[in-house]
Amino acid sequence: MLGFIGRRLVIAIPTIILISVFVFFLQKLLPGDPVLALAGEDRNPEILDFLREKYRLNDPLYVQYFHWIGNALQGDLGISLRTQQPVLVLIGQKLPVTIQLALMALVIAVVIGLPAGIVSAYYKGTWVDWLANIVALSGLSVPNFWLGIMMILLVSVKLGWLPASGYQPFFDDPLQSLRTMLMPAFVLGTGLAATLMRHTRSAMLGVLQSDYVRTARAKGLTENRVVLKHALRNALVPVVTVITLLFGELLAGAVLTEQIFTIPGFGKLVVDAVFNRDYAVVQGIVLCTAIAFILMNILSDALYRVLNPRMAAT
Amino acid sequence: MTQRSLSTLVAALMLSATWAHAADLRIGLAEDPDVLDPDQSRTFVGRIVYASLCDKLVDITPQLEIVPQLATGWTWSDDGLTLTMTLRDGVTFQDGTPFDAEAVAYNINRSKTLEESRRKSEVASIASTNVVDAQTIEIKLANPDATLLAQLADRAGMMLSPTAATAAGVDFGNAPVCAGPFSFTERVQQDRIVLTKFADYWNADAIKFDTVTFLPITDGTVRLANLRAGDVDMIERLSATDVASVKADAALKMEQAVSLGYQGLTVNVGNGDKAKQPFGQDAKVRQAMSLAIDRNVINQVVFEGAFAPGNQPFPPSSPWYNQAIPIPARDVEKAKALLAEAGVPNPTVEIQASTDPVVQQVAQVIQAMVAEAGITVNVVAKEFATQLSEQTAGNYEISLIGWSGRVDPDGNIHQFVTCAGGINDSKYCNPEVDTLLNAARTSNDLATRKEKYDAATAILDADSPLIYLYHQTWIWALGGKIDGFVPYPDGMIRLAGVSKTE
Repeated sequence: MLGFIGRRLVIAIPTIILISVFVFFLQKLLPGDPVLALAGEDRNPEILDFLREKYRLNDPLYVQYFHWIGNALQGDLGISLRTQQPVLVLIGQKLPVTIQLALMALVIAVVIGLPAGIVSAYYKGTWVDWLANIVALSGLSVPNFWLGIMMILLVSVKLGWLPASGYQPFFDDPLQSLRTMLMPAFVLGTGLAATLMRHTRSAMLGVLQSDYVRTARAKGLTENRVVLKHALRNALVPVVTVITLLFGELLAGAVLTEQIFTIPGFGKLVVDAVFNRDYAVVQGIVLCTAIAFILMNILSDALYRVLNPRMAAT
Repeated sequence: MTQRSLSTLVAALMLSATWAHAADLRIGLAEDPDVLDPDQSRTFVGRIVYASLCDKLVDITPQLEIVPQLATGWTWSDDGLTLTMTLRDGVTFQDGTPFDAEAVAYNINRSKTLEESRRKSEVASIASTNVVDAQTIEIKLANPDATLLAQLADRAGMMLSPTAATAAGVDFGNAPVCAGPFSFTERVQQDRIVLTKFADYWNADAIKFDTVTFLPITDGTVRLANLRAGDVDMIERLSATDVASVKADAALKMEQAVSLGYQGLTVNVGNGDKAKQPFGQDAKVRQAMSLAIDRNVINQVVFEGAFAPGNQPFPPSSPWYNQAIPIPARDVEKAKALLAEAGVPNPTVEIQASTDPVVQQVAQVIQAMVAEAGITVNVVAKEFATQLSEQTAGNYEISLIGWSGRVDPDGNIHQFVTCAGGINDSKYCNPEVDTLLNAARTSNDLATRKEKYDAATAILDADSPLIYLYHQTWIWALGGKIDGFVPYPDGMIRLAGVSKTE
């Protein structure tokens, strides 16, 4: 297993380099001068020149790239043009926030999506299946920003149960932290639950018709045991892939949800950075996200092997 | 327990609850401020935070008069080249450093010489400073500068602790230390800025809060929802479209002030090849455009009447507004006649406007109105950073853009329309206007200045390199328990005298 993970990590290196090149040059294609975006209203030519020099924007692109990647390899992702804070510090501030949101959303998604998928596969074609499908479809179709604003108006403004937006670090005040994150996690989670439900359902349908499930029933096992122990375990393999990919996506930042609930996470950071042409921040975040994605993929492959030992042999 | 002691207990509990709650004021901001160093920062929203953090040498009244803050008095020499300021006695910075003439000299020097300083142009007229005694400083100018006091009423006049600024250098913004009513406690980017009451503040009696927390909440609907839910006590820049619903809500209050800035059409009249089209070449075509627009309709349709229509760099409510040139009524026939005179009855022009939905709406209203005069407008949406780049590069015909405004009239006009103006993207150049505006910025006599500005605005109205359309109104929504808030045309939130009752 360790050898497998090691091999995968080595293969990941060229991927990450490729991504770094791609991100760097792609965003330089964006129209709009970062220094002008930074200067805003006060566009004094003298200060613009100074800033261009300071942030090495006058150098040829390849020089800028090697400068950046060279520093990045030493753990220095540069300084945000806008806030003048080190990018690594910003990422360090935002990453825990986004991880917390992603985990909570994922828990909500799994708690809703997995049972719904199992039940609707088991009762395929009955009203239960239809109901689960309708709920799932609406979960997928309702836009997050609309659901978010509606929930704020109902839960915070009308009922006053939860704070309307904002963020509380978990270790400062766990209860308040969970309270502020509940609504955004729910909004995100419901959308994911729908995806998860659809995948679980189709995987379960395939497995429930297979021979070994028939054998298990013939042995006289209870239905609970057949479904939850024998069928579900195999059906979980593709579902785990979906879950890890969803988690990767969540880490990339739930842009709209973070914007609505004013959660200072990755999504909000990257959107602001793009609009301000804050190159260093965009590059740093994309690089981190890419690495997170690759790690999640390796994790999901490793999990297959735990779920299905036969795969380890291949 | 007798009923009487019970009610005493309840009263005591309620009172303690009042204290506990009244201590913190939470303010919802429309954006996250940039770096918190008054010499380096450039955002409007950052200045709102400074109003609680950093006192200035002088302040303004809602009527734009200059009044004492850290300086208690000042006199000009007869030649207008020396400004002598008397400083407030017994003031200290939040780190205990005494505030004196040396500190003022240090700050002016920092604004002038820090490489990253954005204040250089604002204090460019200052040649040197002379510390007369601890409470008196002479500021020597290279040339007379009537705008200087107004600059000292803003970021250029904010006093930073020399001890802290020397120690932190260019990183001062990460932990700013000033002489304002609240000291810096904590900042989490895009989440919060927390300030704590500075016990030794010179005007501490007027400050009724122990802490103030600024929360950037970019979405207008969510900002208002936070106020309604009681999660914040006040919000700035309420959307014009939300004014009616806030007015109807008995639990909320609203305050407003017409801003110092303007929004309008900047026409490319001399910035590269894109100026070579009827709108860039012929003032008659620009006048026709102006006449074809009903400014009141823009205000009613897009802003529900909350803003102020305008036709000059200063709002009609400003003492600098030229009363001889009132806002023109829409006159489609006259517009058509002007176009015919110019020989282009059906001109086509491209207007670039930011992707902001409200700005797009303004552009569309203009498009519809001028179409009736025979002008075809193509609206091109450009994301703001791109719009600015295109404008500087001269790669535009007309740009729908604005200016946040300055206390001194010079800040709204000089750099936009003088030949060598720093932000003259229109590249309009008229020596006569230059002469008037240069003279206006050197005289300390208000009547003389007004005369020059009136003459300049008359020429600008005829030439129309900028077609001014409306002036934004700052609108604040406050929780019902907030009292004593005074709206200022600079859009700042001054907390002296503001209180919260339960």
